[in-house]
Amino acid sequence: MSSEEDDEWVPFSRRSEWSDVKPVPQDDGPHPVVPIAYADDFRETMDYFRAVYFSDERSRRALDLTSEAIAMNPGNYTIWHFRRLVLESLHADLNDELKFINSVASKNSKNYQIWHHKRWLAEKLGPEAAEKELEFTKNILSIDAKNYHAWSHRQWVLEALGGWENELDYCNELLEDDIYNNSAWNQRYFVITRSPLLGGLQAMRESEVSYTVGAILSNPENESPWRYLRGLHKDDPDLLAHNKQVSGVCLQVLSAKHDVVFALSLLLDLLRHGFQPSLEFCGVVDALRSVSPELSSDPASLAGSICSILETVDPLRSNYWAWRRSHLP
Amino acid sequence: MDSSPIDSSSSSSTLSSPTSSPHSAAHDNQSRTLTLSQLEQCKVEERVFEIYRIFSDAPAHTQTLMVELWRDKHIEFLTRGFNQLGPSYHVLDANRPWLCYWILHSRALLSESIDTELENNTIDFLSRCKDKNGGYGGGPGQLPHLATTYAAVNTLVTLGSDAALLSINREELHSFLLRMKDSCGAFRMHTAGEIDVRACYTAISVASILNILDLELVTGLGDYILRCQTYEGGIAGEPGSEAHGGYTFCGLATMILINEVDKLDLSSLIDWVAFRQGVECGFQGRTNKLVDGCYSFWQGGSLFIIQRLLSIAHHQIKSSPISLKHLSVDGNADSASFTGRKPDRSPYQIHDFDGEEAGKISAIGLEFIKITNEGPLFHSIALQQYILLCSQVLEGGFRDKPGKQRDHYHSCYCLSGLSVCQYSFSKTADSPPLPNAVLGLYSNLLEPIHPLYNVVLEKYYKVQALL
Ligand SMILES: [Zn+2]
Repeated sequence: MSSEEDDEWVPFSRRSEWSDVKPVPQDDGPHPVVPIAYADDFRETMDYFRAVYFSDERSRRALDLTSEAIAMNPGNYTIWHFRRLVLESLHADLNDELKFINSVASKNSKNYQIWHHKRWLAEKLGPEAAEKELEFTKNILSIDAKNYHAWSHRQWVLEALGGWENELDYCNELLEDDIYNNSAWNQRYFVITRSPLLGGLQAMRESEVSYTVGAILSNPENESPWRYLRGLHKDDPDLLAHNKQVSGVCLQVLSAKHDVVFALSLLLDLLRHGFQPSLEFCGVVDALRSVSPELSSDPASLAGSICSILETVDPLRSNYWAWRRSHLP
Repeated sequence: MDSSPIDSSSSSSTLSSPTSSPHSAAHDNQSRTLTLSQLEQCKVEERVFEIYRIFSDAPAHTQTLMVELWRDKHIEFLTRGFNQLGPSYHVLDANRPWLCYWILHSRALLSESIDTELENNTIDFLSRCKDKNGGYGGGPGQLPHLATTYAAVNTLVTLGSDAALLSINREELHSFLLRMKDSCGAFRMHTAGEIDVRACYTAISVASILNILDLELVTGLGDYILRCQTYEGGIAGEPGSEAHGGYTFCGLATMILINEVDKLDLSSLIDWVAFRQGVECGFQGRTNKLVDGCYSFWQGGSLFIIQRLLSIAHHQIKSSPISLKHLSVDGNADSASFTGRKPDRSPYQIHDFDGEEAGKISAIGLEFIKITNEGPLFHSIALQQYILLCSQVLEGGFRDKPGKQRDHYHSCYCLSGLSVCQYSFSKTADSPPLPNAVLGLYSNLLEPIHPLYNVVLEKYYKVQALL
């Protein structure tokens, strides 16, 4: 880059090191559609970029030029692609590149190109990069805890480079901050199913069910743990239907408040997978009766009644519940 | 619940105030400290409910005006952008075919035709974005990219003339798609670019609509998409990531177009999408995130698609839980190739091809649209209310949510979502909807789309007839 301290942008046409290069204007044709009224500095930078890109000039000045062009439009994937070619040809210092990409990424954290570039770089740097990458995504997530790209990158780092040791603690931390953060729940699922240190879903299931039940009981209207609870039994729906903690949390929530949609909906799924309502369950069935008197303890008609209740208490999804009711097994 | 999201007195409204909802809990918990997610949700609810309160308090004729689609204003906003964009648009300098598509598709939805001069200019411009070895880049001289290739092809399909369609070199395009295919079965956005479900969809959509889809492009792809379906039911951008509305649409449409949709766990997918419509009446993109007008299409469109797949979903539900075990979340599902069907496959495919017919996989788009639509799985009137009252900008264009700026992307996907709503009750794809399916005056009615490609249906038929 020419000089970062200068406030005044110096046009390429007045930079001596570029005097041998003929800028290449954009071939927009005589009557372009969606034309952009480019500012002069943008247009000129891109004209010089096209010159080095088309002539495939893999030089130090070309690398500096891509830095300037990227700063103006980090969404231009062609510039990024060319930059990687130049970096490879020059055998450039990848730690310098890490500083560069992290400074761009901090300012533009929602852009596919920068995260692809980070992945490319981290792959070249290898396992030694894991810690720094995890730290970097942690910083981005401290500003926006649901940044999709940052989470994808973090998952890639864990799988490709390692660093699983503290990941479950990190999920705990984020969920303690905001139990509604579904991205953190998703990361939790990623860790318990994929971490080589934890033994996988089956080993983790019991303790995870307890954690999730706790989260549900403190915020029954939070959808994330309800979905997570189902996810913990994704490999075996029979287990979901026969896990007493699962049916237990439905009963407990519904005893306190009969129209919690997530509890009713999970109950419906339990019945679908062969859950047999127990004696204890009948108490709650009684409470549901006040909403819909025709309820019985027969699982088949119970499921139908739950759909009917849901059609009433969840009118936004009445079409969906009617469909569920019409296709009970 | 202090505010009704839907005005129950409105003649075309069917929804009374929901008594229970995922988010209203935030209001009950005021005494406790709210988390960041809850606080942001509360702010949006307040803003949206204020609009709905004004709407429900207004006299009937004012209500009709409030839910009017401001056609002329939208066309003006769109046309102005097509002819000239300000310097701040330089951030979209690598997305110009997208701008063409967002604008021309929006105009087509509004039945606004394009004059020959503008059409020729568009064909000429896109030909300058075309790479000599196939594929379209984000602007003249840029590297070819799958997403901008999708945008360019859909733009040319939307123009619909022979000249527009014949400007596409299908052979080169096919070789570009093959070059973007990765050994894992998925696609890369560009040479050495990122792999994700968006890349897969844009590649397959283009190949399907141009009738160049073949086994080589399809191999291994279904298993990749399957690995992206999450424990929540929706589809993520990559295996392991969070279920997301945009990727769910892309993954679902791809699976249909390659005739492998029965591999997905459809009942959990339907459940997840159905739950993304919230008290604000619009859709959110992910669980516990904020409502956003563009998901009217990504999520509403996914349900609109599923309304033609219910027989497959029913089959899965009836044979569960056994069949669900085959739908392993970790991508270990059988990798039956397109020709080598396993004998125990579900009989509920869209099309049962035999070996010789396999080359005709592109015909699925046409078969799909002939399937009977079994009616909306979402609240179509509520969604129209969100689009027209909260996303529509009176000066023209649409936005994510109140307080945000309008843009061409949200205009395209709010209008696409509105069209999906209006035709969500129609059994056949191009039959005009009944008046009560359309919120507001019937003059709000837009053109129907082919939901797998998101082009106006009539334009889709045109390209099928020509190629
Ligand atoms: Zn949006």
